[in-house]
Amino acid sequence: MTALLDMDELLDTLEQGVRNMLEIRGVDNPAIIGIRTGGVWLADLLGKRLGMTEPRGELDISFYRDDFSRIGLNPRVRPSSLPFETEGRDILLIDDVIMSGRTIRAAMNEIFDYGRPASIMLATLIDLGARELPVQPDVTGKALSLKADQRVKLKGPDPLHLELREASQP
Amino acid sequence: MTTPQPSPDSVQLTADGQLRHFLTLDGLSRELLTDILDTADSFIEVGERAIKKVPLLRGRTVVNLFFESSTRTRSTFELAAKRLSADVLNLDISTSATSKGESLSDTLLNLEAMASDMFVVRHAQSGAPHFIAASVTPGVAIINAGDGRHAHPTQAMLDMLTIRQHKGRFEGLKVAIVGDILHSRVARSQICALNTLGVEEVRVIAPGTLLPSDAEHLGCTVEYDMEKGMRDLDVVIMLRLQKERMQGALLPSEQEFYRLYGLDRSKLALAKPDCIVMHPGPINRGVEIESAVADGPRSVILNQVTNGIAVRMAVMSMAMGGQVTERVSRLGEGQP
Repeated sequence: MTALLDMDELLDTLEQGVRNMLEIRGVDNPAIIGIRTGGVWLADLLGKRLGMTEPRGELDISFYRDDFSRIGLNPRVRPSSLPFETEGRDILLIDDVIMSGRTIRAAMNEIFDYGRPASIMLATLIDLGARELPVQPDVTGKALSLKADQRVKLKGPDPLHLELREASQP
Repeated sequence: MTTPQPSPDSVQLTADGQLRHFLTLDGLSRELLTDILDTADSFIEVGERAIKKVPLLRGRTVVNLFFESSTRTRSTFELAAKRLSADVLNLDISTSATSKGESLSDTLLNLEAMASDMFVVRHAQSGAPHFIAASVTPGVAIINAGDGRHAHPTQAMLDMLTIRQHKGRFEGLKVAIVGDILHSRVARSQICALNTLGVEEVRVIAPGTLLPSDAEHLGCTVEYDMEKGMRDLDVVIMLRLQKERMQGALLPSEQEFYRLYGLDRSKLALAKPDCIVMHPGPINRGVEIESAVADGPRSVILNQVTNGIAVRMAVMSMAMGGQVTERVSRLGEGQP
């Protein structure tokens, strides 16, 4: 299945979608934030393709997850880093895969703790559906539907590729 | 004096090796200590934001249970809990019900009845936090904020974080702890942490009267002459002269102690040029450290205080995390 997805094609689609959205919204200088880990690789790539010179931000949403009371703290949490003011900025938030929408909710909560942005736009490479919250991406590279026990994960950073695996596997 | 040590591993770790209490560093692996330091690094970043708060412990209640007075430790635990969004209750037991005759067990039962999720305990009696951890309702985490002469594990971990920030590593470092080792729970925890994290040498520098009789078995070298002991040091940790714990004439005088073991500029000049100076506070200027050194460019004493908040946030959220996952697996096993 992953062989059917051409990464360059996906990235082209994502980039074009982002360009269109920024034009429609009238945003010419968004701050780019990637969600660790896959979203950060994509943020690097998209930033280059869009000719952004400002450094991108990266979020580790471990402290904002809504399942602490079930799974505890992620032992591999790393510091988030937003090397710009978010107050009043238009934010382009990027992640590799959207499914339940819970990660994006956590990411938005975290962004607001740095300051109140003017707007947040969401771009994800893959949309798996199966949403549990009313959170939708503004741009996606491709929508996929997987079987209940399948997961897709972005591997990288060089080269970027998608890996499909059964959920029961570690 | 003997220190009670009821098998810390089984008390403070879950079956899969996560923290559920934080009582002592004895028996904790290098991996776990490194996890604590890494997690604390992420909390340092939180402390630099406009809103210095994360929702991890939202809706949970943390009780600061201080049977012994403290300013820095208690206030940084309080701030740590608040930055994790917990509700915090500060109980200064020396002015509360125990002075009206209530037993420790009864005090705890009452606090548990208020649906507390975590007790941060400081007690003059070595082993008191272990005792509480062994008897508390499952699901409630106990954090040791200093017990007798036994341990002060969060202080040692904030010191390790400070060393890692300034030196970038533990391998190859020579670290000395100077002063009142005998009465110091901080020193015991520091020696344990430094050895676990793999420094090259832990050296204790003190007069014989301020060293425990088993000093050489603690995993450190012993030096009575401070001028010799300062050689090649990467880190020097000064301890406070614990006047309130001093019984009998262990020292000729404070002036004599300062002359022999006080850290002044001339003694510091004997260490490596990039040697950092640490002190757990509160400092006695002119007793164990010269003001010019405490306030000087190589002093990282105030970094230690900032790091204390981050380390306490890390330990509290990891122990609470261990408690909740354990609870989930208990509930899971209860199902048919």
